[in-house]
Amino acid sequence: MASITIEAITKTFGAVPVLHDIDLSIGDGEFVVLVGPSGCGKSTLLRMIAGLEDITAGEIRIDDRRINEVAPKDRDIAMVFQSYALYPHMTVADNMSYSLKLRKTAREKIAEAVGAAAGKLGLDPLLQRRPKALSGGQRQRVAMGRAIVRHPKAFLFDEPLSNLDARLREQMRAEIKRLHKSIGATSVYVTHDQIEAMTLADRIVAMHGGIIQQVGNPLDLYDRPANLFVAGFIGSPAMNFVEGHCRAGVIETTDGSKVAIPDGIQLAEGQAITIGVRPEHVRIVATPEIGTYTARVDLVEPTGFGTIVHVHLLGQDLKIYTLERGIAVVGQPMHIALDSARLHLFDRETTNRIG
Amino acid sequence: MTRKRLILTVLHRLAVLAYVAFALFPLFWLLKVSVTPTSLLYTEGVRLWPSQASLEHYKFVLTHSSFPTFFLNSTIVSASTAVIVTIVSSLAGYAMSRFVFRGKYWIVGLLLLTQMFPLVMLIAPMFKMLSPLGLTNSLTGLVIVYVAFNVPFATFLMQSFFDGIPKDLEDAAMIDGATRFTAFRQIILPLTLKATTFPVGLLSFVSKFSVDFGQMMAAGVLALIPACLFFLLIQRYLVQGLTAGAVKG
Repeated sequence: MASITIEAITKTFGAVPVLHDIDLSIGDGEFVVLVGPSGCGKSTLLRMIAGLEDITAGEIRIDDRRINEVAPKDRDIAMVFQSYALYPHMTVADNMSYSLKLRKTAREKIAEAVGAAAGKLGLDPLLQRRPKALSGGQRQRVAMGRAIVRHPKAFLFDEPLSNLDARLREQMRAEIKRLHKSIGATSVYVTHDQIEAMTLADRIVAMHGGIIQQVGNPLDLYDRPANLFVAGFIGSPAMNFVEGHCRAGVIETTDGSKVAIPDGIQLAEGQAITIGVRPEHVRIVATPEIGTYTARVDLVEPTGFGTIVHVHLLGQDLKIYTLERGIAVVGQPMHIALDSARLHLFDRETTNRIG
Repeated sequence: MTRKRLILTVLHRLAVLAYVAFALFPLFWLLKVSVTPTSLLYTEGVRLWPSQASLEHYKFVLTHSSFPTFFLNSTIVSASTAVIVTIVSSLAGYAMSRFVFRGKYWIVGLLLLTQMFPLVMLIAPMFKMLSPLGLTNSLTGLVIVYVAFNVPFATFLMQSFFDGIPKDLEDAAMIDGATRFTAFRQIILPLTLKATTFPVGLLSFVSKFSVDFGQMMAAGVLALIPACLFFLLIQRYLVQGLTAGAVKG
């Protein structure tokens, strides 16, 4: 068990910078998820913690010990790969015990550790099989088993669920969370899937373009996204963005509609604003009132539990997520209210959150 | 199975059979000539099988010629060449496949360049180099020359094998506590070794005899045996899927 400190880390591949001045500290036993679109540098950062990539500048410490120059084998960390990376010529048991054998652990201890890990992951009947005789889910489990037999200082996960189908992914996601609760080991988990990030993380690190955009607990990122990137990345269906300018105490959108400025927010006259509103926070009202809008329904997408309704409003294709069925009919007008308290305002120049 | 599919299957099998017959015919001819007594070789005309078959050529080749010595020499030379080439080229190929280093481009170019010279051109300079060292007319000299000839191509071959093995495997091994060399030896090499000894080893099984036709063919058949055995043994490793199960596939 250990803490990981990342200080002013920079990484360039040749002349191409991929990480800029990353600072992050991960507490003992914490589950931190690095999330972002592909190419944001999250996997590179993870591989730098593992020792598989050189550190161009900055310092990484595990428990206050600088590990920049420490070989991966001496960092005492375990990693689960997206491809699982099981050794094809070894049985499941051999795959799981390889690290212990390299450490010259006594045979009885190895058998005990493998047995315990296999029991935890339901791998007992598969121990003598080769990886190619396993299903995707089973391989994933073996990869996890290989990591937990060692009781490492930290676990690193590199998109471990991306190769699984949706149902299995959900199941393994819950299993990883349960495992973390029972083992309590420091974990760094990389994913591009914001649902995985939201459900698993103690703390999410949202990354984009090699820069950390926001660090916080999942609900913080959902409730108060720090900038347009995080606002658009976290949440599904994605947040609606409406562009407008501050004019005479209101925000005038591109189609000339007016949106009231939420309480306690100061805007400069003429300031370019992007309003963010989550589809689940757009209310459908029965009768028009002061401050409501009326729009025609463009498209209705039932998802089973709820319904996504598209309307053309505020110069946008605005998505509304509602739990009421049969409320929207394509071509019919609909009355819509925006809760002032649930609007997110962003400066369009800096893309940063206002207020 | 419809009638049409049945016909197509039969046609397909026939076509394959025809091709196999075509491909194996020279081998069959080798066998046929090797069992034809010398007296019948030119007198019977072109026949599929001689009116009288005998093993006299085999007997002669094995007892009265230097073939057994040649054969033994061949085996020693090709076995040691195969072992040395495999070790050297697997290490070199691994470096080529996994590392970026200065001059890599030029080294690859040089390796390629060695393949452009006809053997005949190199005999004189090679003799000049080996003779002061006392390595002419010796198996050691031959092994050195064969190794020198085979390493460049084998390195290419190994590089492409290693390119086909996911990097994640040795990353995983290194995180599991292996050094890069241990990962190479215990994880990467076992996955390639069996598949690579075949082409690397086969390159060495070439020998020439200047005896009469029947004996030459008999020797030819005998000389083919190791290669055939080798091929039979190695065949399953040539089939794709050695790394199946390592990563999502």
